Amino acid sequence: MPYFHSVTLDQNKCHGCTNCIKRCPTEAIRVRGGKAKIIKDRCIDCGECIRICPYHAKQAKTDSFDMLKKFKHTVAMPAPALYGQFKDVTDVNKILTALKQIGFDDVFEVARGAEIVAAATRKMIETGTLSKPIISSACPAVLRLIRVRFPDLIKNILPICSPMEAAAMEARREAILKTGLKSEDIGIFFISPCPAKVTSIKSPLLRDKSEVNGAISVADVYMKICNIVKTLNNPEQLAKAGLEGVSWARSGGECKSTHTIINIAVDGIGEVIKVLEEIENGNLDDIDFVELLACDGGCVGGPLTVENSYVCSNRIRNMISLDPETKPLENLNESCFLWKRTLEPAQTMQLADNFEEAMQKLERIDKIWGTMPKLDCGSCGAPSCKALAEDIVNGFATENDCIFKMRERVQNLAKELFDLESSPRGTDTEDSRPD
Amino acid sequence: MLKHYEISGTDFSAAGEASSNFKLILKQLGLPADIVRKVAISMYEAEINTVIHGGGGTCDAEISDKSIVISFNDNGPGIKDIDLAMKEGYSTATDTVRELGFGAGMGLPNMKKYADDLQIKTTPGKGTTVVLTINL
Repeated sequence: MPYFHSVTLDQNKCHGCTNCIKRCPTEAIRVRGGKAKIIKDRCIDCGECIRICPYHAKQAKTDSFDMLKKFKHTVAMPAPALYGQFKDVTDVNKILTALKQIGFDDVFEVARGAEIVAAATRKMIETGTLSKPIISSACPAVLRLIRVRFPDLIKNILPICSPMEAAAMEARREAILKTGLKSEDIGIFFISPCPAKVTSIKSPLLRDKSEVNGAISVADVYMKICNIVKTLNNPEQLAKAGLEGVSWARSGGECKSTHTIINIAVDGIGEVIKVLEEIENGNLDDIDFVELLACDGGCVGGPLTVENSYVCSNRIRNMISLDPETKPLENLNESCFLWKRTLEPAQTMQLADNFEEAMQKLERIDKIWGTMPKLDCGSCGAPSCKALAEDIVNGFATENDCIFKMRERVQNLAKELFDLESSPRGTDTEDSRPD
Repeated sequence: MLKHYEISGTDFSAAGEASSNFKLILKQLGLPADIVRKVAISMYEAEINTVIHGGGGTCDAEISDKSIVISFNDNGPGIKDIDLAMKEGYSTATDTVRELGFGAGMGLPNMKKYADDLQIKTTPGKGTTVVLTINL
């Protein structure tokens, strides 16, 4: 399957600066020929580059509303982060009703999917067969990060599908029952706070095909429903998810729903990496559950949201319409919600297929790195001197890409030229041979 | 291939940097996940001990096609009773160190558990050398 990435570059807007290359957690961006280039195998679609780019050259590919026309029956599946985007709106029903007014035939809350995943998680934890600490599988950017940078921790990941996929399976089942239509006539649309989710729909890691048909950004939906939501009276009573599921939009929501005592909720890609390092070092073996979310504050901080994440987080907590009680799910067959495939490590860090060759490359990298200025300025287009040394050894760059190395060469060349120029007719040294 | 690391005895925030750096190298070499884990845990424990007990020191790590041998050297107080030190939960760490979250008494037991071989040479008052071997 061609690998789809939601995060892409608008060549025209890119200035070739160093902001994104320095910010990328997997060193997946280089500046080549004055434009940023995303290394596909390494990109985890976290959206950090979208946030940092001052010229808005990085963007997330999402689907447009036109795609709704392709289906006879459409279902909007809002991520719970959508609920906190609107000022003075404390009733989820208003938001869900507004979604129906802009063209969706029905709605199904992803928060309900979160409740399914929570129940399945609790059941699985009870079996006691999972490796501790159990790492959440909810954030697709984190899954890809582990695959690229911490493949040895794959065995710790909870093998349950994301709330989005769980919700989509249920939404589709419900829609088929309600309408009598065939599955292919039903369009399930995820309202996404982040590009990583979009990628997980278009290019899923854990199943052959996503149950979701399209992804529209929270920001695009916000533009369409903002005014409707604010003026709507007597909304339809559509909200079914309780506080448990909706809280998954915020860091800590998932942790709480596991009913574990020793758990930590970590948000923000930098902190996530630090914690994964600690898990790798065996430091956190006494922790039962680790929730890891790539965005600051959790999904409320997604790059495709509109509202300030802190404000959004608070609004969600104060949603009056939400039932604070956890509703037990009847007849939950958790085996339906398990991964359909195992998560394969991505060997993008590996320098060569065989050990000896990798070793030789490592030695060359060390040697080249030793001669570098170690300023990590990024002027060469790589995020650090170390990364440039790796690129040189892998044949993607040359030492001349380093402007300091280049200057040194120019200086040497200038000196040589000067020497040559000062003795155009042979050297002045006395020729001691007899005339 | 040889790697040399200097380990500061005063900078707790830098504790774990050598193992973190070395772990990356193992991944670049494409070594299997279980090897990376064995090295990561045993080396991290040894590094922390060098910081909190040894007062800093050096680490030399050698990778060959057969094994990974990592030795930590310090000029610290040495280990008085190795048998006791090998017991889970036993620690001589100071209160200050414990407040920082170290000193659970799992250092040497974890090294023994995760490394294929563990050699300790120690002279009270002079220092300690810990050699970890992980077979490939």
